[in-house]
Formats: sequence, structure tokens, C-alpha cells
Amino acid sequence: MSTLEIKGLHVSVITEEGAKEILRGVDLTINSGETHAIMGPNGSGKSTLAYSIAGHPKYTITSGSVTLDGVDVLEMTVDERAKAGLFLAMQYPVEVPGVSVSNFLRTAVTAIRGEAPKVRTWVGEVKEAMTALSMDPAFSERNVNEGFSGGEKKRHEILQMELLKPKIAILDETDSGLDVDALRIVSEGVNRVKENQDLGIMLITHYTRILRYIKPDFVHVFAGGRIVEEGGPELATKLEENGYAEYATA
Amino acid sequence: MSLATTTNYMVPTGREEPWRFTPLNRLAGLHETSVELHDRISLEPSDIPAGVVITVEDAEAFPPLSTTDDHIVRRVRDGVSKVLLVSIEKNAEIALPIFLIRTMVDMTPEISRVQVNAGINSHATIVIENIGEGVLAEEIEFNLAPGANLRFVTLQEWSARAVHVARHHAIIGKDATFTSYVVSIGGSVVRISPTVEYTGPGSSAELFGLYFATDGQHLEHRVHVEHGVPGARSRVNYKGALNGNSAHTVWIGDVFIKAAAQGTDTYELNRNLLLSHGARADSVPNLEIETGDIVGAGHASTTGRFDDEQLFYLMSRGIPSEQARRLVIRGFFSDIVSKLKIEAIEERIMNRIDSELSVVKI
Repeated sequence: MSTLEIKGLHVSVITEEGAKEILRGVDLTINSGETHAIMGPNGSGKSTLAYSIAGHPKYTITSGSVTLDGVDVLEMTVDERAKAGLFLAMQYPVEVPGVSVSNFLRTAVTAIRGEAPKVRTWVGEVKEAMTALSMDPAFSERNVNEGFSGGEKKRHEILQMELLKPKIAILDETDSGLDVDALRIVSEGVNRVKENQDLGIMLITHYTRILRYIKPDFVHVFAGGRIVEEGGPELATKLEENGYAEYATA
Repeated sequence: MSLATTTNYMVPTGREEPWRFTPLNRLAGLHETSVELHDRISLEPSDIPAGVVITVEDAEAFPPLSTTDDHIVRRVRDGVSKVLLVSIEKNAEIALPIFLIRTMVDMTPEISRVQVNAGINSHATIVIENIGEGVLAEEIEFNLAPGANLRFVTLQEWSARAVHVARHHAIIGKDATFTSYVVSIGGSVVRISPTVEYTGPGSSAELFGLYFATDGQHLEHRVHVEHGVPGARSRVNYKGALNGNSAHTVWIGDVFIKAAAQGTDTYELNRNLLLSHGARADSVPNLEIETGDIVGAGHASTTGRFDDEQLFYLMSRGIPSEQARRLVIRGFFSDIVSKLKIEAIEERIMNRIDSELSVVKI
């Protein structure tokens, strides 16, 4: 059982006009096995929340705390956060030319587990995870995210999540750019990892579409850099009907 | 040993276009007619495979096959009494690379001329490794008979003080293919001019380069491809990384398509990765076209800083920053290194790149 606890989080970015506050006091607690949907209009700060937790250097934490099982996450380097059990599935996964998927996965898993996986079991483990995500084995010889379609990038993110076995995963707009079939495959992957590994999930999305496949336990409406309304799955239904208009001035 | 004395051509001052990037004051006198250049064959062949003959010949019996106006190369031509001759028999299929190793031990300026003759339809790979500390001016000419396929790999793994000026000139016959890999990592000043001319249709040149300059190093590569006959092809791909204060690289990519060279197909590319402040990469592609009747001609040159988003992505998967940087840099060079297909050398280059990277924190 793990708990990610975010308290009073304020985050700024440096712009040409100076520091600009994006997150204005976020409070959120995610436990193992729970799925929290973070829904909100574009520009509300959802992705900033994701990247701040992962430790992207662009964002400055001005106040508040983030802890994983009581340990201060904000003091950790980016790789330490991953080793502690956090995972960010990115909306725009980055291309790394010349680095093969297989080399990348092996290097990452070795870093997270603290030892290189045994060759014999590792090959099978990767193959099984790829098959479950309907990925061609030849995929592992390609360079990381280079020339990947939108669907391939997202599958590759979920593949990493499956192999790295995080405690808490943040899925940032994982549904964007996916057609119906890809959305189903990716969602099934997320559900499988959640089931097998008792994963806690922060599911960031603009649309309710993905919630048909990944059932949230809690829905948080995000606007103006903080959570403005919370509820159960029924809140998503309301958002689907009414949109975010009523939060625009929040 | 002979004294090079011919002075009927201009000693460069640094203001001439071909010399404007080169720090002449660091060439240990290679360009100064007052400095004596020692004629010495310091390349040592190891395990010469069947189908290859390596001999030392009188320079007069094997005059240069090409013309050059490079002052230092002309000093080499004037100064050498002997030539190292590498002859690859016609139709020879030589799977194992021919290794020639040069280990220099002192800073006495040295000159060297090599001539490689690849026979009709022969297949071979020549590897020249330069290690140690020295001052060297050399010319290597490659003469590819019709249908020959010659791969040339040269590693500049010099110690820190070395000075190396070279011309590698390939004359490529009908349906012959020349592929070169110029890897420059060590040395104080390295200035290499890989040049190509064609003598028949269906001929092809692929010129690859990899360089990594750290603190104070000057690594210069001056590619010159002359399309003077119809139906020839060229590809140039040079990649460099720079790390540390006053690291300087120069890449010149001259491609000339003469009026007679219909059906030419050429593309050249140079990419530089700046890993720290205070480093400078000069990149000058130059395409001159005298006929419109060609298959294609293009060039690209990019110089950019290390991509922090790549670093963040890898670290967010648990990979520590140093290792993430190594992965990205290895990845940057991998398309060239993986083409070498000589495992021991690939590994050595990658390890050397890793160690260059650890010289300065980026």
C-alpha cells in the first residue's frame, strides 16, 4: 500500500514577463489501487501538475509538499523519483535518436530494479508485455519514439509502465491522438497493470472518452491551477453534458 | 630522410580561404618551409591477408595520381623519398580488415605518403589507426579500378599534443564504391581533407565522419567531392560533438557538379552537438552546380545544444543523469558507428566517446 500526498502545491514557471504562477494550491491524495481522474480545460495546469511531480526542471515549486509514503519527493532528482515508484506517461514522449527501445527498456529496468534483469526471463517478460499491447516484436529494434505513430508512442509508454512496475502512475493525456482501437488497447494495458500491481493512477484528461475504458474511483475538476470540484464517477457524466463552462471563472 | 625545400608555392598566412579556420601557430611548423620534415614510413601493417601486397617503393616510381594546391600536402610530395604501396589484387574478396597502425612517440615533424590500389572488382577494408604523440603531415591516395569496393576507416586516437594534417584522396573508377569513415577524437590540431574524384559512371562515394572535440582541441574536416563525370553518386555524413572550453570543430563540405556530370546524385549532411558553453562548431556546406540535369543534390547542416527534454525523459525512467547523457551521445553517433561493422572498433569508439564525455560535466 502506497500513498502519494500532494499538499498546498504552488508551482511557477519563468516566462519572458517573469515568474508566472500556474498551480495555486493543489491538494490531492492517491492511494494504491485508486484511480483519480483529473479533468479540466486546456491551460488549467493539469500537465504542470504531472511534470512538477516528475521533477521537470522547467517548473519551480514555490510552496507546498509532495510525499510518497511519507518521503519528500521534491527533494529527489528525476531518476530518484522514478526509483521511488513514480511513473509519468507523457503526452508527448520524447524521441531519442540512435537509442533502441530494447536498450532503453533494459537500461531503465536495470536502473529501477538495481540489477540487470536475467537475460532469459527478461526476453520473455518484454515479449509478453508487448504481445499484450498488440506490439510487433520488431518494435524493440526501433529507436525510442522516433517515427512512432501517436498510438505507438502511447503503447510504448504503457509498456514501460508495465515493466518498471511503479507504485503510482501519472497518465498525462494518454488518450490524446488515439483512435478507438488504440484507445481500447492502451486502456486495457492500464487496467491490467492496475490489477496486477495494485497501481495508484492519476489520469489526466480533457475528455471523458477514456473513462469508458478506465473507470475512475474519483473525479477532480481542475481549473485555474487547482482542484475546484471533486466527486465520484457521476461528476464525469455531468462534465460530459455541461463541459467546463461553469468553471471558466473559477 | 630528406629536407623539403621547394618554395614555389605560397606559404599560408591564415588569411587564405582554405586556411582561415586553422590555427597555423599550432601546426608545429608543418607549413613553414624553414622547418625540416622527416621522411619516415611509420605505418606498421599487422596480419596482411592473402590478396593484399604491402611494399615500400621509391616515390619517383609511384608519383601522385592527383593534383593538389594544398601547401602542406605539396611539402609531403616534395619531401618523401619512399611511398607505402598497398595493392589489392583484382577480384580479391578480403573479408578481414587490413590493419595499418602508426604509433608516434615524439614531436619531430614527420611526412608520409601512401598509395592504395584496389584492383578490378576487389572487395577490401583498410583500417589506419593513429596513436601516440607526434606531428604528422600525410597524403593517402586511393585508386579504385572499375568495380572495386573499398572501405577505409581511419582513427585519430592521438594523445593530447599531437598535430596531424592529412589529405585522403579517392579516385573512383566505373561502378566502383569507396566508403570512408574518418574518426577524429584525439590530438591538439587535426586537419583532414577527404577528397573524391570520379573517373567513370556508376561510381559511388560514401564519406562518413565522427569527431569529438574537448577543451582546446581543433578538429577540422574539409570534404571535397568533385563530380566531373556523368552518373556518379556521393553521400557525406559527418557528425561531431563538442565538450569543453575552446573546443573547436570545422566542417567544410564542398561538392562540385561540373557541366559534364549529368545524372549526379549527391547529398551531404553535417550535424554538431554542443555539450557545453565555450565550444564552437563551424559548418560550411557548399554546393556548386553547373548542370541542371541531375538526379539530386542537397545539403543540410545543423548545430544544436544538448536536448534537455531527452535527458528528462530518460531520467524519468530511473536512468541516472550521467548514464542518460552517455545514452544520448552514443545514440547521436550510432547511425555512423553501427555502419562500421567491425565490432572491436565500434566498441572502442563508443568507449572513447564515453571518456570524452566525462572530461567535463555537461
